[in-house]
Parts: sequence; structure tokens; C-alpha cells
Amino acid sequence: MNTHLALTITGLRKTYDTGTSALKGVSLSIAEGDFFALLGPNGAGKTTLISILTCLTNKTSGTVEVFGASIDTEPERAKTYIGLVPQEFNFNIFEKVIDIITTQAGYYGITRSSALQDAEPILKELGLWEKRNDKAMSLSGGMKRRLMIARALIHHPRLLILDEPTAGVDVELRRSMWEFLKKMNETGTTIILTTHYLEEAEQLCRNVAIINQGAIVVNEPTAALLHRHGDKKLEDIFLTLLQRSSTT
Amino acid sequence: MNPRRITVAYYTLVRKEWVRMTRIWSQTFLPSIVTTTLYYMIFGAFIGSQIAPIHGFSYIQFIVPGLVMMAVITNSYSNVVSGFFGMKFQHNLEEIMVSPTPNWVVVLGFVSGGVVRGVVVGILVLLTSLFFTHLTVYSFFVLISAAILTSILFSLAGLLNGIFAKGFDGISIVPTFVLTPLTYLGGVFYSIDRLPPIWRAISLGNPIIYMVNAFRYGFLGISDTPLVLSFGILIGLTVVLFMLCLYLFQKGIGMRN
Ligand SMILES: Nc1ncnc2c1ncn2[C@@H]1O[C@H](COP(=O)(O)OP(=O)(O)O)[C@@H](O)[C@H]1O
Ligand SMILES: [Mg+2]
Repeated sequence: MNTHLALTITGLRKTYDTGTSALKGVSLSIAEGDFFALLGPNGAGKTTLISILTCLTNKTSGTVEVFGASIDTEPERAKTYIGLVPQEFNFNIFEKVIDIITTQAGYYGITRSSALQDAEPILKELGLWEKRNDKAMSLSGGMKRRLMIARALIHHPRLLILDEPTAGVDVELRRSMWEFLKKMNETGTTIILTTHYLEEAEQLCRNVAIINQGAIVVNEPTAALLHRHGDKKLEDIFLTLLQRSSTT
Repeated sequence: MNPRRITVAYYTLVRKEWVRMTRIWSQTFLPSIVTTTLYYMIFGAFIGSQIAPIHGFSYIQFIVPGLVMMAVITNSYSNVVSGFFGMKFQHNLEEIMVSPTPNWVVVLGFVSGGVVRGVVVGILVLLTSLFFTHLTVYSFFVLISAAILTSILFSLAGLLNGIFAKGFDGISIVPTFVLTPLTYLGGVFYSIDRLPPIWRAISLGNPIIYMVNAFRYGFLGISDTPLVLSFGILIGLTVVLFMLCLYLFQKGIGMRN
């Protein structure tokens, strides 16, 4: 057990019932405190990978440990470490913002009264405090996304996983989310995000892995990747690597 | 999770269900009261007066326990099946699945929601009967335990239906084609002792017969089936369905790809 690692994945495979092989033996280690980008085109397997880490999807084979807790043998412990911001909205749109947050806290064993206290700074920071008594369906798209971030943070996870958090979000909000995530990371939260915005990875992430067709193509520090390719734009590097991995 | 956190998680699940069923009270609490009142009027007051007493009780006295039980069964069942399937359909179930709440607590939480709804509606329907007849209680203990156990059993059955359902037709097929016929043929309206032997034998294969009779025994002290057998079947089926639900949760069947 290595507790300096936030996440250890070895030989992870996933074949859906439909026969689609979404992950073909993925291995990854992510250090505690890292800000990690999982980069890949649509259908690469990013959401599948994240769903396995968070126990939303069964894996076909391989192992996953979250801060040393295996998702097979200690799923409850592994789950307490993770906060998930999923790709698709999955809260009950008929519920009030504050109830969505406190209910989620309840599932982690946090009482409603202490969740109400904890929620205040989080909702204020994310600009949702004024909306706390509104039903989720009345929120704008950007607010809904921030609501999912707030919900993921209510139990103070050590590892925050965000699946394409800025997809379809306007530039201004994207910037402010970046600032928020940077701050979270500086205060010690390990962050993994998936994205297909290269700029996002370049701006935020210390380490980056590129996944294509269910396999990791590259896994190294962002700076090293950029340097190795003669300081080309990440976008060009990405396209070159994808082409190379798709033809082999 | 430690016991204190487990208690909080359990309370959260039940509270969420309570908030949901009270928010849509006209779909959850009202329908059974309306239909049962109609039964009381038609079978109790209008037709019942023309029917000979059963085991010494007037027809309306005979059918009240059965009608209350019918309300308990359908409300427990539909609360869990619609609550669980609704969460699954909206992907809202993921909030629970990513959390460390153990599966047995989740099962218990949904079942408790069903029991709350079943018992609340059961009480309302029972109170409504007071407009048509008076109430006699033979054994309070028997009637309470029969009602609660039946409510638990059908909450579990509803959960099972919700787990396997893939679409909205999947949550209406079982209630329409299995639950309703079994309930109507479950000895609510007649004593199976008065049926021809062949129909009596067939009826004994219907588990609802035992529940209705145990519950009726609690009110009137009469039963077509031995009380011990009724409770044995209730407890046995409850244990089996609970283990089955737990197994399906553990495997993620109907929940995880
Ligand atoms: N529930 C599912 N059933 C069958 N195939 C799926 C399912 N979810 C995803 N896939 C397939 O697995 C592959 C990876 O998808 P996904 O993990 O969603 O990729 P990404 O998040 O990188 O866009 C795709 O080919 C996709 O069609
Ligand atoms: Mg995805």
C-alpha cells in the first residue's frame, strides 16, 4: 500500500455487454496532490475509466486503489476519498439546490445540520448561495455544473474527479472554474479531470495522460511533453500522437 | 462506515422518500382512499346488505381488513418501484452509488420508504372505513405485525421490479398482470372456505391469501389459513427477497454496466 499515491490503476480492462472494448489494459499512477489531466477524443474511454473508479460501472479485469483502498475489497473506504463531478447532470431537477447537497452529504453519513454549515462557504464560493432554495431545474447550464461541483465537495474528498467539467461552458465561467480548481488543488486536493480542451490541460495540469481507443498513449508531466516536442502547441502534439496510435 | 454514519445515511434515504411522497401526495396518498371508499360503498353498503354474514360477521366487516391490506400492498409496492426506477432513470441513483452507504442500508432505506407509505395509507383507509362500519380489534399484535411484514415484503418486491425494469413499461407490467390479479383473488372479497375444493386448492398457492387472512384475524379473530403458516410464509418470503435484493445490489445487476 502506497499512501503517497492518490490513485493506482493496473491492467484495467472493460468490455461492455455490447462487445465494445472501451478500456484495453490501462495502467496509471497519480500522486497525492497532483493536478492530472486525462485527455482524449470522444469515445476514447474517459468516462468509462472514471465510472469504474467511482464504482458506477463494473470492470472486466484489473485493479484500482484509491489512497491504498482497493475498490474490490474496501469499496466504502475508497468511495469516501472521492468526489465525483459526472459528465452528465444526474441530480433530481425537482429538488432544491440545498437539498441536493445535504442529501448527498447524508449518504456520506454527514448530518443535515452540519452539511448545512459546510455548504455555505462552498455555495458562496461557487456563486450558488443566492440560489440555494431554488429548484435545480431553474438553474442555468453553468450553474447546474457548479451545483455538481458543490455536491462533490460536501464531504471534503481528498480526490476530486471531474469528467469534462467545462464542456459547453462559456469562456468566462470556464476561467472562473479554472481558478476555483487551482485553489482547491493548492489547498491539497488531488484533482483529475478529463477534457478534450487542450488549453485546459496546458493551463491547469501538472501531469497529463492521453487516452485513445481505450489505451494510454502518453503519460508524463505536461511540461516534459511540451518540451519533448520542441515546444509545439499541445494541440499539434495531441493530433500527431492520436494519428500515430490509431494507425498502429 | 461507523454505526452513527450508517444511521445518518439511513435517515437520509427515508427522509428523501418521505419528502418525495408528500410532495406528490395527490398521487401517493389519495388514490387508495378514493378507490377504497368506492369499495366500501358498493360492496359494503349497497351489495353487502344482500350478502349473508361470513363466519358471523357482516360483509362490510369482513372486507375492510382485506381492503386495507390491498392498500398496504399496492402502496408499498408502487412507492418503491416508482421511487427506485425514477432514480435509476434520471441517473440520480448514482448519488447513492458513489457514496459509501452500504448496500444493505440502501435496500433498507428504500424498503422503509415503502413501509411508511403503505402504513400511512393503510391507516387512512382504515379510518375511512369508520364511516361505513365499526371497528373490532381481536389481536392488535397480530394485525400490526401482519401489516408491517406484508408492507416490507411488497416493498422488497417493488424494489426487485425496479431493479429489473429497463423502461416505464417494465414498471407497469408486473403490477398490472401479476400483482393486481393476485390481490383481487387474494381472499379480500370472499372466504376461500366457501369456494369449490379445486378453487380453494388453487387459491392456497396465492401468497396474498395468507397475508389477508392473518391481517383479518387481527381484527375479527377468524382466518381461512392457519396463523402460524401465514406468518411462516410472510417471514420466509421476506428473508428470501431481502437476500435476493442484496445480492443484486452487490453485483450491480440492473444498476451498473
Ligand atoms: N453503457 C455503454 N454500453 C456500451 N458501450 C458503451 C457504454 N458506454 C460507453 N460505451 C462505449 O465505450 C467507448 C468509450 O466511451 P466513453 O467512456 O464514454 O468515452 P469518452 O468519455 O472518452 O468519450 C465508446 O466506444 C462508447 O460507445
Ligand atoms: Mg465521456
